[in-house]
Amino acid sequence: MEIQWYIGLAAALFCIGIVGVLTRRNSIIIFMCIELMFNAVNLLLVAFSKMHAASAAVQSNPSVVSDAQIFVFFIMVVAAAEVSVGLAIIVMLYRNTHSVDVNFLNRLKN
Amino acid sequence: MSITEILFWGLSVLALCSAILMVAVKSPVHSILYLIVVFFAISGHYILLNAQFLAIVNIIVYAGAIMVLFLFVVMLMNLNAESEPKKNRLIQFAGLISGGCLFLVIIAAITKSSVATEMVQMGGGNAGLIKNLGMVLFTDYVIPFEISSVLFLSAMIGAVVIGKKESSTVTPKGD
Repeated sequence: MEIQWYIGLAAALFCIGIVGVLTRRNSIIIFMCIELMFNAVNLLLVAFSKMHAASAAVQSNPSVVSDAQIFVFFIMVVAAAEVSVGLAIIVMLYRNTHSVDVNFLNRLKN
Repeated sequence: MSITEILFWGLSVLALCSAILMVAVKSPVHSILYLIVVFFAISGHYILLNAQFLAIVNIIVYAGAIMVLFLFVVMLMNLNAESEPKKNRLIQFAGLISGGCLFLVIIAAITKSSVATEMVQMGGGNAGLIKNLGMVLFTDYVIPFEISSVLFLSAMIGAVVIGKKESSTVTPKGD
């Protein structure tokens, strides 16, 4: 498989996530679109690491390929921590405003 | 067309269709279920790339833990009713246009680049196996691994502190 198809797939998933963030108003769905963008980037990182695994310069030092996948692993770790705090914030938002619509969060505007 | 390419295109179509449905569908529960389908498709891509550890971690962490957390929150708040108000069509159109513009820019950039036709190693390579990743993780990256445990602890404390009911504001003490 050529790398351009992976780049195209990851870019399409990322842009779908961006469209979701821009158009939806339910804060839970906005949060899920952010997770979708995380996953698009992770997929692209893994694809690039396997692209470098096929190149000749890496054959002498194979641990370079593992580094990218460790990086993806740490992105997943940070995303899991972020989700727990973010969902707690959404629960607090629902408790205060009885809605999860992000348009109610405009108190800093004035 | 080899079996790998057929699997790649099948998983890509599944991921893209589920992602579009996730954004487009009204009910939050259906949206979460479509996102789980996207995560399974991405795990299939990881397996095709022979990144077995990441495939398993993706299923366990994302589809197993994070999405169940989302489902719990949605069901806790009883949001399954289509509570989203009437949306402004202009804002929807503007979001669609801006996302499409970003996509076009990225696609136009990669078609000009020199790496676009480089091949990705699909099946072989043992860099993504648990043995190699574990060796790298516990030798070169042991300090970030330990720091991530501190991050988890602070995230847990933060979630508890934020999610706690604020009883002190209701009954002010002191006086």
